[in-house]
Amino acid sequence: MTMSSEPQTPAAPSAEIDTDYLIGQDNIQPSIGPLKVDIHNPVFALTAGSVIALVLFCLIFDKIAADIFGALRPWLTTQFDWVFAISMNIFVIFCLYLIVSPLGRIKIGGKSATPEYSYPAWFSMLFAAGMGIGLVFYGVLEPLNHSLTPSFNQPGILDANGNVADAATVDAAIKLGMASTIFHWGLHPWACYSVVALALGIFAYNKGLPLTIRSAFYPILGERVWGWPGHLLDSLAALATLAGLATSLGYGSSQAAAGLHYVFGIEATIELQVSIIIVVTGLAITSVVRGLDGGVKILSEANMLLALALFLFVLIFGATSGILGIFVEGLVAYGVNLPALSNWVGRDDGYYFHGWTTFYWAWWIAWSPFVGMFIARVSLGRSVREFIICVLLIPTLACVMWMAVFGGTAISQLVNDGYTGVQQTIANWTPELSLFHMLELLPLPMFTSVVGIVLVLVFFVTSSDSGSLVVDTICAGGKVDAPMPQRVFWASFEGLIAIALLLGGGLGSLQALAIATGFPFAIVTVSMCYCIWHGLRTEPA
Amino acid sequence: MYSNIMVPVSLAHIDQIDKALKVAADLARHYGAKVHYVGVTSALPSEIAHNAEEYAEKLKAFAKEQASANNINAEPHTLISHDPAVELDLVLEHAEETICADLVVVASHLPSFADHLTGSHGGHLASHSQISVFVVR
Repeated sequence: MTMSSEPQTPAAPSAEIDTDYLIGQDNIQPSIGPLKVDIHNPVFALTAGSVIALVLFCLIFDKIAADIFGALRPWLTTQFDWVFAISMNIFVIFCLYLIVSPLGRIKIGGKSATPEYSYPAWFSMLFAAGMGIGLVFYGVLEPLNHSLTPSFNQPGILDANGNVADAATVDAAIKLGMASTIFHWGLHPWACYSVVALALGIFAYNKGLPLTIRSAFYPILGERVWGWPGHLLDSLAALATLAGLATSLGYGSSQAAAGLHYVFGIEATIELQVSIIIVVTGLAITSVVRGLDGGVKILSEANMLLALALFLFVLIFGATSGILGIFVEGLVAYGVNLPALSNWVGRDDGYYFHGWTTFYWAWWIAWSPFVGMFIARVSLGRSVREFIICVLLIPTLACVMWMAVFGGTAISQLVNDGYTGVQQTIANWTPELSLFHMLELLPLPMFTSVVGIVLVLVFFVTSSDSGSLVVDTICAGGKVDAPMPQRVFWASFEGLIAIALLLGGGLGSLQALAIATGFPFAIVTVSMCYCIWHGLRTEPA
Repeated sequence: MYSNIMVPVSLAHIDQIDKALKVAADLARHYGAKVHYVGVTSALPSEIAHNAEEYAEKLKAFAKEQASANNINAEPHTLISHDPAVELDLVLEHAEETICADLVVVASHLPSFADHLTGSHGGHLASHSQISVFVVR
């Protein structure tokens, strides 16, 4: 926070885009009862209307929706696997290029801008919004899964009879399994987030355009971004965010309920699941009402501390001696296998490539407008190089460490101790229980399991609150000071969708649709790379 | 009676706070007080300005215009917030610590501000500080 009574000296010569568009010029301010709102016309109506229509469709035509959307997602990620693979590879190469390019010197917000958040606060917020939940659910399961059935149809750590394979095979399978896991949580997803975040940061802070998705396309679309192409881009981004968050929350509630059932033996009834959604939504509303600093940041930081504590606990009491080896060997194997894993031509390991990789790619890309816009908002004052290093390389390393500790312990439990608890959660496909089964073999399982449940719930809150801020900003035409009740509306709306679909069925259909939006966004995000390059080239040196 | 009057303003809603501005100016002339116009913005582009510097310039121009039109002594204060929609605490802190305001004149129409000032925050303000609050309806 900075204050100045005297006007500050104007910033160095700026490269603001010269447009006649005024932020808020397309906004309307209707009154709903005593509340006055400030929303973009037509993005707000388009987003809210299409979400309601889709939810009703999924509820009323449950079967048809499941058939259409359920088939759409796998069709896209199988038929257009190359679109996802090529796009994600472009993001990684483009980001690495920016680190070494002279353009990396440019600062988000111009020369005189200073960072608004400390490194710990910044990292906490970008992790909590972007990956927290996934790491808790898949950190244990995925390394073990890929070690059992590695990519490229390689032999796994268990032989056909379910016995531990010979040492050399086990060693190779673990390395490849770790590489295959890191591949999904490493450079590629964070590069995708970086591209969207950098584009929005540059075009809002440096070019003076509103903080919404459309602004990044000014170099391509010119003044047309303020018209229908922009309306559609913004609405689709808001729709994907809302549908993605609501369905995650819906599924998350049943996963958290399953966790409660496993740990405490509480019946995982539908009432319990609805209560969980209400609690998470209530916390998210409190958080957005308290604002970015008073709510979102505090919760993110607190949860990162909790995650760190659990991480250290597993590191110390888990398969400590093997973890360092898995970390280093996993990282090396990731580097070695990166070209082969990134390649999309002639793949015959459909189980891995289509079942995992392109599914993840669609998911990360569909999430990227939300996470990218949130990262953009908190990244003022960072140079492009610093930004890429901190949003691409450091989170990648953090994910590798997380996977090595949680997944490494699960692998060691199976290979060295013959414990099949986590393996069972793969066989029965209950990823929400993997963490608890792994913790069972360590000291104080009851206590650490509760920590795990709290971690998951708070990560849901931190996604939900930052997501509501993002959707509100998009639907208010880039205004970050729109009236508070609007945020409350979006956060509650999300909870209501989750409850409606949980009770009426259709969570899977809407989630499939949300992930399917990754396809148009893949193409959109690739063109963002050009826009970033164009935007950076026109910045004063 | 009063020497530092704080007036929270929203440059985007000047037309809606006309009456409060007039009341503040009248009081300032009557007591020989200085008027502090406090505006909150974020570093992001808004409907008023492309960045915080531009916002500060505009608030300065506004204060100057108010000063000469009403023949009062006025000072602009630009506060930069990460989240200007929840600006109240920031403004109150500034009022107490920097301005040493003894009176706040605020328009009841000022979005999401007056409501808070008269609600629980207003109670806090009334019981914990010497500041009087004048909500102009």
